[in-house]
Amino acid sequence: MLRRTILVMLVAAMVIGLVASCAPKATPTPTPKPAEPTKAPPTKPPEPGKTYKVALVISLLGDRSFLDSAARGIGWAQERLANVETKIIENADVGEQQLAARAMAEAGYDLIITVGFGSADWTSEIATEYPDTHFALVDATLDVPNGTGLIFKEHDGSFTVGMAAAMLTKTGKVGFVGGMDVPLLRRFQEGYIQGVKYADPNVEVVSGWVGAWGDPTKGKELALTQYEEGADIIYAAAGKSGEGVLAASAEKGLFSMGVDSDQCYIAPGNVICSMMKMVDVSVFDAIKSLSEGTLEAGNRVYGLENDAVGLCYLYDIDTEFLDNGPADMAAKMTNEVIPAVKAAVQRIKAGEMCVKDHMEIYPCDNPAQPGGMGM
Amino acid sequence: MATSVARSQIRAISTGRARRMGLVFLAIGVATLLLLGRGLEAGQKATFGLNPGFKSQAIKIPDLTLPVQPTIYTLAAIILILGAWQLIRGSRSANALLGVVAFCFVFAFLTWAARGKSFNLVGMLGSSLVRATPIALAALCGVMCERSGVVNIGIEGIMLMSAQAAVVVATVTKNLYMGLAAAILTGAIISALHAVMAVSLKVDQVISGTAIIIIGTGATSFIAARFLEKNINGLNNSGTFPVISIPVLSKIPLLGPIFFENGIIVYLMLALIALTHILLFSTKWGLRTRAVGEHPRAADTLGINVYLVRYVSVILGGMIAGVGGAYFTIGSVGRFDEFMTAGKGFIGLAAMIFGKWSPFGAFGSSLLFGFADSLQIKLQILRVHIPSEFLLMAPYLITMVVLAGVVGRAIPPAADGQPYEKQ
Repeated sequence: MLRRTILVMLVAAMVIGLVASCAPKATPTPTPKPAEPTKAPPTKPPEPGKTYKVALVISLLGDRSFLDSAARGIGWAQERLANVETKIIENADVGEQQLAARAMAEAGYDLIITVGFGSADWTSEIATEYPDTHFALVDATLDVPNGTGLIFKEHDGSFTVGMAAAMLTKTGKVGFVGGMDVPLLRRFQEGYIQGVKYADPNVEVVSGWVGAWGDPTKGKELALTQYEEGADIIYAAAGKSGEGVLAASAEKGLFSMGVDSDQCYIAPGNVICSMMKMVDVSVFDAIKSLSEGTLEAGNRVYGLENDAVGLCYLYDIDTEFLDNGPADMAAKMTNEVIPAVKAAVQRIKAGEMCVKDHMEIYPCDNPAQPGGMGM
Repeated sequence: MATSVARSQIRAISTGRARRMGLVFLAIGVATLLLLGRGLEAGQKATFGLNPGFKSQAIKIPDLTLPVQPTIYTLAAIILILGAWQLIRGSRSANALLGVVAFCFVFAFLTWAARGKSFNLVGMLGSSLVRATPIALAALCGVMCERSGVVNIGIEGIMLMSAQAAVVVATVTKNLYMGLAAAILTGAIISALHAVMAVSLKVDQVISGTAIIIIGTGATSFIAARFLEKNINGLNNSGTFPVISIPVLSKIPLLGPIFFENGIIVYLMLALIALTHILLFSTKWGLRTRAVGEHPRAADTLGINVYLVRYVSVILGGMIAGVGGAYFTIGSVGRFDEFMTAGKGFIGLAAMIFGKWSPFGAFGSSLLFGFADSLQIKLQILRVHIPSEFLLMAPYLITMVVLAGVVGRAIPPAADGQPYEKQ
């Protein structure tokens, strides 16, 4: 009996380990390499007749959100750029992803794109080992002479959907469901809260963390609980777990907001909008620069200023809610929310106000004030 | 003579345990006072919502508003009195008292967490039942198998495969009931495979179960990555069972919204608990099953077909796990994701052991895990200053505490896990 129990527990531990390993997470930090001088090396002019080979190393696709957006960028490059050849390697296991990235570098690929803040350490480690291959990393900075970090101002984007939530709520309470309680997701959460308070300081925000990217059933329960506590709009920033939030809004006839990709079609009339984070554009841009011989080292920042984050209506993507949602909310969206968000975006772009960044990478001296919209 | 010595030893051991329980109760009481009773503002109130937060059939009743400080002090006093009583008298019914103590502590904690705020109690209990559903179904599968003497640790794998089968069939046929049938069928087939290995081929049952877990995770991930992801709308987008309000019963305040406004899988789970109990303890077949699980040789000499009983029990168990798998996809979010069962099959096994291999015991312990799960969600909303990582651990911590002996010794069926060799 005892032996059997121990065996059961061992197997349980093994499988839970397996499950845990599929979530993006940091690998043990290697000894830091001496920082290379960050002056940009001369960019190579495009070689005529050369086919640039690009590989995307990524966790399992199919989240209809963040990961799929990166894959979409690769698809665009394959379609639109004649001298580019692409390959996508999916693996849930971070160790396998590292092996794949090494194998691609060995195979002479020109650009290897990795995804996720958890991949930062190993990507820069591999990049140092293969100086002739260029590396790009979505969601974190890369400080190697052959690396480009593609980073986003998610706090700005989340601010815009927070405004929309605060203006559309009828209960005076809105929700946030995050995938994992990590700094990058805190950035989503705090940006959202600032947006809510900017539009209406009396609206209350309830938050919750799923603790996993791939557990939609739990995301759903979390959302149902928030609805029960009186929230009527929930912003889901939780990868596949977020699908549970969207499902909950459809079940209860309440409202939710998607993230990263256009997610309105998942529950038409219940998903108000999506916080676009155009990973696809950043990936495509990087590949395009590569094919033109202008891909530089350093970091590319995507924010409101280059139309890469924010409420989907800012970019006229995904406006289905106006047709499928309740008429009063759709009208309010068109007549009040969109103009107000656009005005706020103008103020942010003009430097009149800013959104505080949880990770404090982007300085913010004159943060948006609660109730600031009413001024 | 010998038996009376043994009896007095047993009594000595059990009074020793009873005394220790008394000390534990006292410690809990002191902890309640010190951790929760300190620094409370006088006159603060906690409101417990007794009506569901959604449109509901239930008749509305007033919410429960409690003054925080007196409530916590009263509950702590009850715990301390029970602890002192247990220590002095060494009552044998320590487990029942433990239940009361745990209830008082949890209620004191909730009052503390909700001080100055409101808290929807009905919603949390309803969510506990929903969260407990897959765990209870997994535990029932375990009960069915192990009562006949076959260990089945592959429940996690069975549930994963059933979950996937359910959503694919439901999406393709556009009929959720077909999906449910497919899940049950998948559960039956996979567990039949386990039965062949465990009963006929006499493979070590733990290894066979492990193989099923590995096959389950591997096959579902492969199918998801290779096919489902390429065609989400055509294969992996089924919708979910609607909430069914049972007429009349759903109007009962408190109980109505918790038990009688759910999806079909929750009702199925409740029905299966009762059915399994009747099957195991009130039918001839059940008596035979238990005989086979306790002493297959004796059963065999009385003319019971041990192999047949084990095959049927394992396959029935697999069908129950299939229903559990269906909960994840067509019962909850309407799509399949890799590893989406997230260890519920294993927690189900823990619930089975905690529930001492009986259907109602398994259900009760599943409710405990479901409660821990929904409690942590609530606490996040109440913004209790406990790091969210610790809150997320709650169900697993409870699993460990519960298994590490609060329950006392749980005795499995005697022939559990032993292949039977016919002579």
